[in-house]
Amino acid sequence: MIVEATELRKSYGATEVLAGVDLSVAEGSVLALLGPNGAGKTTIVRILTTLTRPDAGTATIDGYDVLREPARVRGVISLTGQFAAVDENQTGRENLVMVGRLMHLGRRGAQRRTGELLEQFGLTGAMDRRVKTYSGGMRRKLDLAMSLIGRPRVIFLDEPTTGLDPASRSAMWDAIVELVRDGTTILLTTQYLEEADRLADRIVLLDHGRVIASGSADSLKTQIGGERIELRFTDEVQLLKATGVLDGLADQLVLTVPSDGTAAHLHHVLDVLRDNGLEPERVSSHRPTLDDVFLALTA
Amino acid sequence: MSHQGVVAACSDAVTMIDRSVRLARRNVDTLFASILLPLLMMALFVYVFGGAINTGTEYVNYVVPGILLLTTGYGAASTAMVVADDMDTGMIDRLRSLPIHSFAVLTGHVVASVARNAAATAIVILASLAMGFRPGGGVVDWLAAIGLLLLYVVALSWLAAGLGVIAKSVESASTLSFFMLFLPYLSSAFVPPETMPSWLRPVSENQPITPVIETVRSLLIGTPMDGNGTLALAWCSGLLLFSVVLASSLYRRRTGR
Repeated sequence: MIVEATELRKSYGATEVLAGVDLSVAEGSVLALLGPNGAGKTTIVRILTTLTRPDAGTATIDGYDVLREPARVRGVISLTGQFAAVDENQTGRENLVMVGRLMHLGRRGAQRRTGELLEQFGLTGAMDRRVKTYSGGMRRKLDLAMSLIGRPRVIFLDEPTTGLDPASRSAMWDAIVELVRDGTTILLTTQYLEEADRLADRIVLLDHGRVIASGSADSLKTQIGGERIELRFTDEVQLLKATGVLDGLADQLVLTVPSDGTAAHLHHVLDVLRDNGLEPERVSSHRPTLDDVFLALTA
Repeated sequence: MSHQGVVAACSDAVTMIDRSVRLARRNVDTLFASILLPLLMMALFVYVFGGAINTGTEYVNYVVPGILLLTTGYGAASTAMVVADDMDTGMIDRLRSLPIHSFAVLTGHVVASVARNAAATAIVILASLAMGFRPGGGVVDWLAAIGLLLLYVVALSWLAAGLGVIAKSVESASTLSFFMLFLPYLSSAFVPPETMPSWLRPVSENQPITPVIETVRSLLIGTPMDGNGTLALAWCSGLLLFSVVLASSLYRRRTGR
């Protein structure tokens, strides 16, 4: 496990932000910390990136203790915070070269890496413009590019797409997927279930500073119940008849039938309907969304 | 710190100085204000109030050393805002999560502040010559005056950096650093302290700015030194030491929560 945290606790005054959080991330995988505002996501990221000291608990990154060997940890990680940490009055290129030099790549090395990243993030055209002229999406991209200069092995992304329009969000997701392909370990926080579902190998659900569930998106969905088949009928009469032959919940013109998700079960449902002279207008199969999971677990 | 560590720390500092100077150069508002305001104040005192103030010398000669301190105080105070801006935006987290020496960030700002102040001071001196400032003093006197002003600016910039670190926002940084702008008015910068009411005189005579001004005056226009030089050096060195320790420990505390 390249990231390991045990029993992390943190309070600000009387407010307990983390109430004993354990988590671990396997090398090359993506972990999403999912939870509402105030769940403790950012505090976890700040502890793991050496910015905040936990009141109790331990954490290691690549075997280095975040409290005892912060300098080592900083050599392995990078952080992209909630607010794009870029200098408005420097150009995109100047921002990148600056971080490259702080990563001790040397003047030449910093420039070479800057060129690569500008290319990779499609910012070459804007590289000599001051960042204050950039759109929100471009800023985030530059921010992420700045995090990648030193080829970190673990990247922390704190709400990487909050406040972005759908097109920029999708571009950001593509960039993250690209990183994963290169074998980078990613720990991201998000309030968006779709984002966690789409990007993460494992999801940790946080609420009030506690882990309330964890696992793959699929396993979380299975935890709160199986799949269902939705049958839409053209009129009330058919719906009523269908309710007589199948167990399910009728609402409007739709009958929802619990399912195990197999083709055999779907066949069986359709056969029963045909045997009774019923023909649904539409058939669809649904799995619970992470929204369902979240509501079920935090309710 | 190992030899390699020292080299790395210096390289970090150079990178951060590079950044801060570039940002300072592009922050036109601040640059403009830190030059224009002292020029306006000088014009105001020389042409408007000066006629009514009796200092025993040409008033322009009396007031210019004070204006120079006002200039540097104003320029240093804006450092508090620049530092607060770093703290307020996510920039400080990025810098802090990089494997760099924590001293580098503030050093960058302080050096940029000194550079900005040097430029502003040079412009103010040129303008004062045009307004009739006729300094005396040889090369050594000038070097000594510049050296003292430099020490004063460095000390004040570190103090401003410290204030920037604890300020919760750019606005509160500006409020916190207000006293830096105000202190020169309570010194011998514009009027001799002897003309002040008896309760105010001790304040004026025993605050750090008065000996610095009197020393610069003595070096440039030949007023008596009266031990002000030593006092000024002591104040500035003390302030520098205090400010560096304060700023670094505040920085570590604020960023290490």
